[in-house]
Amino acid sequence: MSQATLSIRQISGHAGAAPGENVERDYQVCKLIDTTTCIGCKACEVACLEWNGYTFTDTVFDNSYQTMPETAWNYWNLIKFNEHERADGSITLLMRKDQCMHCADPGCLKACPADGAIVQYTNGIVDFQQQNCIGCGYCVSGCPFDIPKFNPTTKKMFKCTLCVDRVSEGLEPACIKSCPTGCLHFGSKEDMVDLAETRAKQLRENYGIKEAGVYDPAGVGGTGVIYVLHDVNNPEAYGGLPKDPRIPWVVRFWKGPAKWIGNLAMLGGLLGVTLHYLRYGPKEVPVDVHEEDAKDVNGGKP
Amino acid sequence: MSASHVVSSKRTTGESGGEIVRYTLSERVHHWLGSLFYIYCLITGLAFWSPYMYWLAAIVGGGPTARFWHPWFGLAFTVSMVWMYKMWQGDVATSADDRGWSEGIKYYIENEDEKLPAVGRFNYGQKLFFWLMLYGVILLLLSGLGLWFVESIPGSLRWLRYLAVTVHVVAALATIGAFIIHVYMSVFMEPESFHAMIRGSVSAAWARTYHRLWYEKVTGDKSDPERRYR
Repeated sequence: MSQATLSIRQISGHAGAAPGENVERDYQVCKLIDTTTCIGCKACEVACLEWNGYTFTDTVFDNSYQTMPETAWNYWNLIKFNEHERADGSITLLMRKDQCMHCADPGCLKACPADGAIVQYTNGIVDFQQQNCIGCGYCVSGCPFDIPKFNPTTKKMFKCTLCVDRVSEGLEPACIKSCPTGCLHFGSKEDMVDLAETRAKQLRENYGIKEAGVYDPAGVGGTGVIYVLHDVNNPEAYGGLPKDPRIPWVVRFWKGPAKWIGNLAMLGGLLGVTLHYLRYGPKEVPVDVHEEDAKDVNGGKP
Repeated sequence: MSASHVVSSKRTTGESGGEIVRYTLSERVHHWLGSLFYIYCLITGLAFWSPYMYWLAAIVGGGPTARFWHPWFGLAFTVSMVWMYKMWQGDVATSADDRGWSEGIKYYIENEDEKLPAVGRFNYGQKLFFWLMLYGVILLLLSGLGLWFVESIPGSLRWLRYLAVTVHVVAALATIGAFIIHVYMSVFMEPESFHAMIRGSVSAAWARTYHRLWYEKVTGDKSDPERRYR
């Protein structure tokens, strides 16, 4: 039985080269979100729910178009709306599709203590494996984008999978497929960065949007989801997109040097008490050397 | 008070010293309940601490089970510590005499106890252990709540999440250090104190040697303070 999604190294009884041999494939996948052509229709939200098998939950009305304040364990894709006041006093509605960014250096994975609960595939997709998840929530502390969410019923963490099940079969993610304006693109990281830079250049040169640029934060090694923003210097205006996201240094220290310092300290403690025992031994159970006083232990009382 | 601490046995009236109640049944039960809760948190906590110790979770039912019970056992340990505080607050309060003992701690470590000033029911080291565990558990509880309900901390206050992680790790490591010393001291270095925590009593000779002020208080025997045991 052939595995169509795997590349073949050698084939039995086959004359000539294996099909696809020496072909280099760009495995790094990427989603491009062009916020300048998003109309906030939420088709991506619907497609995400449908593909991943979740039903609609109650929305939270807060005098905006936004479905709910933030993504939920069963709502991985959320458009964030922000009425932004420009420098000249005019108002613009900024809309940004929020979901897992699939960082090249994922803070959730770094923070996770459970063997195999978070994996990063070679194509860049960061995926939670709920069968290995213990629901500790460390990933929440590790994520600079505040994405992982806890399912209180199953006690497992959930987030956008970048439709790993679709992508591994050669399909684009559900959100991409549903977008009516073409503001969502999917392809190799290289192609998407190229497309995004071209679009940003077009915005700068043809539309006079001078600060237009690409959001692909280097602090987390670049992301598997990149944005074209009108103002790349102010990502916070797009529903709190961090300007320079990084894995928190506390998490880096905790999962790095602290581990070794702590383990060495614990080992040192065990070694220390062992050496103490070998050198000094137990405190001896005293034997009364004053035999004649022995009866006097009750202070002269009988 | 003194009478209740002296076990009536052949040894109290007889040849060589007698036995004194060191820990009542209630004290022993609370101590071992606390140790059960602490050791559970220790095993599961170490499993979450390092991938090389993640296998420890398997001995208490696997990762998700360990994660589920860890905070509840932590709460139980907190209650247990508060109980022990109520039980022992008089005995663990530091006193003026402790200064001399802490200055001479070298003699304690080198088993030259005769050079140390007389101590009450607990020596300064035992008191320090108690206070470290009590303050440790308070910090572990506060930071543990932050880790338990991490999603309730809004993203804008994420520094609280980082603080919770830091405090939990530091406090846990501090209690582990104290725990290692505590177990070593009581099981290996002073086996009689382990016996006391199991059966409740110590020999009068041991009490007089290592906890003379307490011995004098419970027995009323203040004779010959210079008397030594070897």
